[in-house]
Amino acid sequence: MDETFDVAIVGAGPAGISAACVLADRGVKTIVLERGEYPGSKNMFGGVLYGHALEQIIPDYVQRNCPIERNIVESRLSYLSQDAGLSFTYRDRAFFEQRRNNAFTVGRARFDRWFADQAASKGALIVCATVVTDLLKNEGGKVIGVRTDRADGDLIAKVVLLADGVNSPLALKTGFRPETKPENVALAVKEVLAIPEEIINERFGVSPGDGVTNEILGDVTLGMNGVAFLYTNRNSLSIGIGANLADFARRKIRPYEMLESLKAHPMIAPLIKDGKPKEYMAHWLPEGGYNTVPQLCGNGYLIAGDSAMLFNALHREGSNLAMASGKLAGETIIEALGKNDFSSQGLQGYVRRLNESYVLRDLKKYRRFPSFLETHKELFAGLPLAVNMAAREMLTVDGVPKRMRQRAIWKAIRSKIPPLRLLQLAWDAWRSVR
Amino acid sequence: MSVKVEDKLFLDRFNVDEESHLHLLEPDVCFKRCDDQPCLYICPANVYKLDKDRISINYEGCLECGSCRVGCPNFNIEWRFPRGGYGIRHKFG
Repeated sequence: MDETFDVAIVGAGPAGISAACVLADRGVKTIVLERGEYPGSKNMFGGVLYGHALEQIIPDYVQRNCPIERNIVESRLSYLSQDAGLSFTYRDRAFFEQRRNNAFTVGRARFDRWFADQAASKGALIVCATVVTDLLKNEGGKVIGVRTDRADGDLIAKVVLLADGVNSPLALKTGFRPETKPENVALAVKEVLAIPEEIINERFGVSPGDGVTNEILGDVTLGMNGVAFLYTNRNSLSIGIGANLADFARRKIRPYEMLESLKAHPMIAPLIKDGKPKEYMAHWLPEGGYNTVPQLCGNGYLIAGDSAMLFNALHREGSNLAMASGKLAGETIIEALGKNDFSSQGLQGYVRRLNESYVLRDLKKYRRFPSFLETHKELFAGLPLAVNMAAREMLTVDGVPKRMRQRAIWKAIRSKIPPLRLLQLAWDAWRSVR
Repeated sequence: MSVKVEDKLFLDRFNVDEESHLHLLEPDVCFKRCDDQPCLYICPANVYKLDKDRISINYEGCLECGSCRVGCPNFNIEWRFPRGGYGIRHKFG
């Protein structure tokens, strides 16, 4: 390609497209390179997007027919042992009305395509089926463009935004991010199960258009640091499970077998009954947190979204951090265009903006959380059984005095986890999120 | 629990390239210097299978997650994305 661009963006996901929208809005000549046949064809996540983040990019996204599956009105958190489970549920009228679309589910194949169409209508050029294989640099080491797997594949740009996702051979090849360590990502598998819309409404107690998220912790990840989820789409459910990749390798557990066990759990099986499997996918979650965020910009380039490891594991927020970082990258590039300075110095505004925003403030706040999970495996083995056993004993009515029951419960818990360790766990948990 | 990953991969749409995007750098290493062979377990598509004296790669069903590349203790897997437009094509995502 002989044409030159102001900005080349690698990846048409939430981060890349957010940046493209901000730039194209201001008339900046922008190209987005996407390796999939269409935007979203390679992308997947649990399923939840956040209205606030999207609104910052496309204020009238609802009117523009954003392909929303269901507005989330209820969030559940379940703690499961092998044969039992307890759940906390939060439902709020606010999420039906004033805070509608605070969170909503989407399928990425449709959403990303729609999102990219918005950027295209603003004037960004979206080129699909094109893998960026390398970055072009000048003698001084400044990034001056990208190399693609097309025949005439080199493309010159003033600045390059890397938004190519968590699995980025490009970041590795160019040295902009060290190779991912297995302990810093979770491997998740997900299945989409088709179920008629009315049955989902009935089963989850929601009106058409409204939905439920269910985060699931406990024995289902077989003692590995991990989490599972069940989200409602319009006429399908997304069910998935993931765990730390280093744990998978150590334990030699097959991800899809773990998914099947989850689907058979007595708390889950009735919710997905008669669901017809439609699609099976796998993806990483950048769970390493603040300590694994790479250098966010340099001479001629910036990194945003999953590619920059921007993910809040505790609050399952990622798509919003991708959109927010993409937007801030776009604003920084506009500033750099004004100064005609695309050096590391000229792009530092990006780091400042991220540091001031909730993106890095939240990741910083929870920087101890990833290692807390890694070093307190009782959360995933032992504690789920103890907690569920306590619930079962307190709910069993068979003439045994309650005091004796309590004693038996404490004895059983102590045999699994020493009381001091339990105290330590509570203290460490608080410290990791305060 | 016995579950066949092939049944799951059957649900997916792939545009399969003629050439594999995954290669073993030194096939010998898998037997001489790798006791655990985690690629046989962690791959969510069961791309890596143990044949008699070699590990075969069924790249056609690769879900492109990257786990094998970073999970290989010997960094013995050459991994690139399928060519533009090839590989898995999500319907729902």
